[in-house]
Amino acid sequence: MAATLRELRGRIRSAESIKKITKAQELIATSRIAKAQARVHSARPYSNEITNMLSDLASGSALDHPVLVPRENPKRAGVLVVTSDRGLCGGYNANVLRLAEELIAMLRLEGKTPVLYVIGRKALTYFKFRNWAITNSWVGISERPTYEHAKEVADSLVAAFLSGADDDGDDPGEDGILGVDELHIVYTEFRSMLSQTSEARRIAPIEVQYSEEESGPQTLFSFEPDADALFESLVPRYVATRIFSALLESAASESASRRRAMKAATDNADDLIKELTLMSNRERQAQITQEISEIVGGANALADAVK
Amino acid sequence: MAELDVTIVAVERKIWSGKATFLFTRTTSGEIGILPRHIPVVAQLVDDAMVRVEREGEDDLRIAVDGGYLSVTEGGVTILAESAEFESEIDADAAQADAASDDPRTSARGRARLRALGQLD
Repeated sequence: MAATLRELRGRIRSAESIKKITKAQELIATSRIAKAQARVHSARPYSNEITNMLSDLASGSALDHPVLVPRENPKRAGVLVVTSDRGLCGGYNANVLRLAEELIAMLRLEGKTPVLYVIGRKALTYFKFRNWAITNSWVGISERPTYEHAKEVADSLVAAFLSGADDDGDDPGEDGILGVDELHIVYTEFRSMLSQTSEARRIAPIEVQYSEEESGPQTLFSFEPDADALFESLVPRYVATRIFSALLESAASESASRRRAMKAATDNADDLIKELTLMSNRERQAQITQEISEIVGGANALADAVK
Repeated sequence: MAELDVTIVAVERKIWSGKATFLFTRTTSGEIGILPRHIPVVAQLVDDAMVRVEREGEDDLRIAVDGGYLSVTEGGVTILAESAEFESEIDADAAQADAASDDPRTSARGRARLRALGQLD
């Protein structure tokens, strides 16, 4: 390929400016991971404690609450998909969306109608493009989620779940609202800086782990107000906590994916610049060589003519 | 002397944990004071709750708690909160303004903070 020197220099310049952008993105993402990780870490005590409290309550009395018992013949399943608002983060969104598709296909096989809730612009455009009905969506919260955001999402999901209790197929039941019988969440779990995996989890009905063997005497709690009322008020908070921690994990994963993708892009730009510089130097030397041989040739021709 | 192990956690961070001699707060069914060796209890706190933690040889801690739960087990006392603020972190004027708000939630938060400051019973 005989590219001209001018063209090569243009390409080097554009690769350099791309490199500047990707490098900056990489640095931003790196600084965000640490913060996001710290938030994941500091939110853990609360989610542990609320899980403890809920299992104390469940074993205490409220075992037949709708949140604990899988419904007979579930017809509609809510799916919450957590993606990012921006791209440039490698396979992060593609992985979540693929898993969401798998989950939805599985729910369909089980005869349930999926009801979509999405977080993040990427999932919104993905499902909109495919003409899916989106029940509710939130954008602009996935990069720096707060508990208030999680609560807003949870309120909407819990309301749908509770109003789904009296549905019969496509008949909205007594309350006139077509709710859902199950809640699932698809998000990305932050395992380490290098490994993030997309996960699909069921958040309601809650899967309670009953310990089979008797582990000593059980603690007998007294409840204020009664266990059922406590349970009722604790469940929306529990769901909000689950969603909040999923949002935090996703935010950390997003930054980690972005850092990795941007590092690869920066490295590629470096390689490209090296290669192009080599080519442009070769081209420049070729031009000089040609000029010299032209001059020498001309001089020789003149000398020959004089003789 | 027996002591209580108290842990106070909010959604986004652990607020405080340590030893205490007595803990006082208000649940939806009334005021409650907890001494060491209290029977196990799980309770919901009122919306405008204040938690007072008395410690040996140190000043009392007063904490404004929003959306709180109390759990007492043999292992100690745990308070779960959606948000919580120490007495020293509270801006009295902002709390006053919130307490006068029409929104019941904002008003409850304001009252809780005033309570932690000792300006309200």
